[in-house]
Amino acid sequence: MSGKAVIIEAKNLKKIYKRGAEAIAAINDLSLDIFRGDFLAIVGPSGSGKTTLLHLLGCLENPTSGLLKVDGKTIFDDGRGLTESELTRIRRPLFGYIFQKFYLIPTLTVLENALVPQIFYRKPAARETAVELLNRLGLGNRLHHRPNELSGGEMQRLAIARALINQPQVLLADEPTGNLDSERSQEIGEILKSLNEESGLTIILVTHNLELAHRAKKLIKLKDGRIVNQ
Amino acid sequence: MNEKAKISMFTIAWKNLARKKTRSLLTAVGIGLATWVLISLFGFNHGYKKSLDRDIDSLGFQMLVVAKGCPYEAATLMLKGGTGLKYMKEDIVQQIISEKEVESITPMLMQVVFDPNKGQSGGLTAFLGIDPHTYPRIKPGLSFKQGSWFTEEDAREVVMGYEAAELEQREVGDFYLIPEKEVELKVVGILNRTGSQDDGTIFIPLRTLQQIFGMEGQLTSIGIKVDKNADLAQFEEKMLRLPDVQVVSLTQVKTTIMTLVSTARILVFSIALIAVLISVMGVINTVLMSVMERQKEIGILKAMGALRTDIFKLIWTETAILCFLGGAGGAFLAGLSSRVTEYLIRKLLPFSPSGGLVIIEARLIAMAITGVVLLGLVSGIYPALRASRLRPLEAIRTEEE
Repeated sequence: MSGKAVIIEAKNLKKIYKRGAEAIAAINDLSLDIFRGDFLAIVGPSGSGKTTLLHLLGCLENPTSGLLKVDGKTIFDDGRGLTESELTRIRRPLFGYIFQKFYLIPTLTVLENALVPQIFYRKPAARETAVELLNRLGLGNRLHHRPNELSGGEMQRLAIARALINQPQVLLADEPTGNLDSERSQEIGEILKSLNEESGLTIILVTHNLELAHRAKKLIKLKDGRIVNQ
Repeated sequence: MNEKAKISMFTIAWKNLARKKTRSLLTAVGIGLATWVLISLFGFNHGYKKSLDRDIDSLGFQMLVVAKGCPYEAATLMLKGGTGLKYMKEDIVQQIISEKEVESITPMLMQVVFDPNKGQSGGLTAFLGIDPHTYPRIKPGLSFKQGSWFTEEDAREVVMGYEAAELEQREVGDFYLIPEKEVELKVVGILNRTGSQDDGTIFIPLRTLQQIFGMEGQLTSIGIKVDKNADLAQFEEKMLRLPDVQVVSLTQVKTTIMTLVSTARILVFSIALIAVLISVMGVINTVLMSVMERQKEIGILKAMGALRTDIFKLIWTETAILCFLGGAGGAFLAGLSSRVTEYLIRKLLPFSPSGGLVIIEARLIAMAITGVVLLGLVSGIYPALRASRLRPLEAIRTEEE
């Protein structure tokens, strides 16, 4: 970890969900530092808390207790967190997200889908960035196609382009190959790896796919909301 | 390769609506129909009042003395002509003229005959007997296309309104035969178009008309122009004391006719209001359904950096587009069908003034569309609030944990 700056710092994080009278600890006393340029894979069985951890690290929700700092800003400390709109303002310049189900807008073209986040967070020359990104991700000849005209791999590549349009510092990927065959999964794995190696993008990846996980520089295994192997 | 792409809140909203074309279209049609009814109704209100004002102003007098009976009927007959007229003695004119409030006065006799040659199955033709000395003075606005007023007060002559002359195809110098009476009168004047009831009137000297119809010494009405400094209410009081006659102030007639019309208007307005409410419910339903169907997508937009206000604006834009399209469509329809609406209103109403009954001005269209969009925006608040309150995790929760 030498010389690299910490971008996400989590100490004794806890996330407790209440289901009726029952309290379930999805994340239990977990501490973790993520450095700029890291490519971290989080693996573990279903219900181990992988996605919850990704949401907490990505400021999509507040933990129940513990300390969370992102890019030097305190997000949550001693039971006090930020409001939803404050979290959004923190997320916008810092994080890009990709999901298993892509969630592309079916009526928009490839280029328009890639540009959607810039409506909410305007970065200069977003269109040029989008075209460049789509070219880089092999979608240069599909700019004016609609998502239903794309293959699964192309859709996930488009989702990656959309996640990167605002030039985030961290890419959060939740089961990005969950809906893809092995060939397309490898393709996505290669893209993530090259984004990390060539652009220095910090990537946090949640996956069941061990082959994909092993492309990461670091791997942690979760069980019952705790890190069992790092 | 064309790399141009314009993406904005409006693009997303527009394309979202295009996803469920039929649903969006039906909602817009609902709004359009409500707008159509609203614009037609307000257009009618404006047009009717304007035409009635013009008709009454063109009479040239502010008060009408008629034989006792239903004052509304009397006023309507005077404005439009018709059967069932009541008569009063001519000597009443002398009593009225002596009043100091009277600036000028003009006696009139209206007679109606059935003309079997009028239209396909015959129709009524009304003749207005006027005093050649006083009537032209009280109505200085009347001008002639051809000829002039009568040569004598008992001349066997007619002056025809513009439309009456066109209908009968008469010119100055021609003769006009009064149906049923078999009396021929010479056409001495044809009036220019006035846009009022005068256009369809056939004027005959009072004495001549009385003689032809055997109504010597009888009048149907007396028009009074009151001195502008006189106390109208006090003068009306005085007139009411005269035996067997009643006084109808034309301001009062206007109010009365508008009151009669407003009864029908209130009914239609209530229906329009219900139509608007139903279409507003339709908007809420459509937008809410669309929000519920897109919960995950909205969650993703929030994860990507959309604030509550961004989502609120997006849903509101969708509502505004729906309402604007519906409103504009309704306005177009109202403009297109105004003549049909006017025709139907004329058929339904017991009295309708001459001239346009439905006047749809640009200002009315702008106001109606603005009103509909504003109402739509109010109705869009709830769905927009619901959408804006969705948390990013609503979408992501379904991902396998």
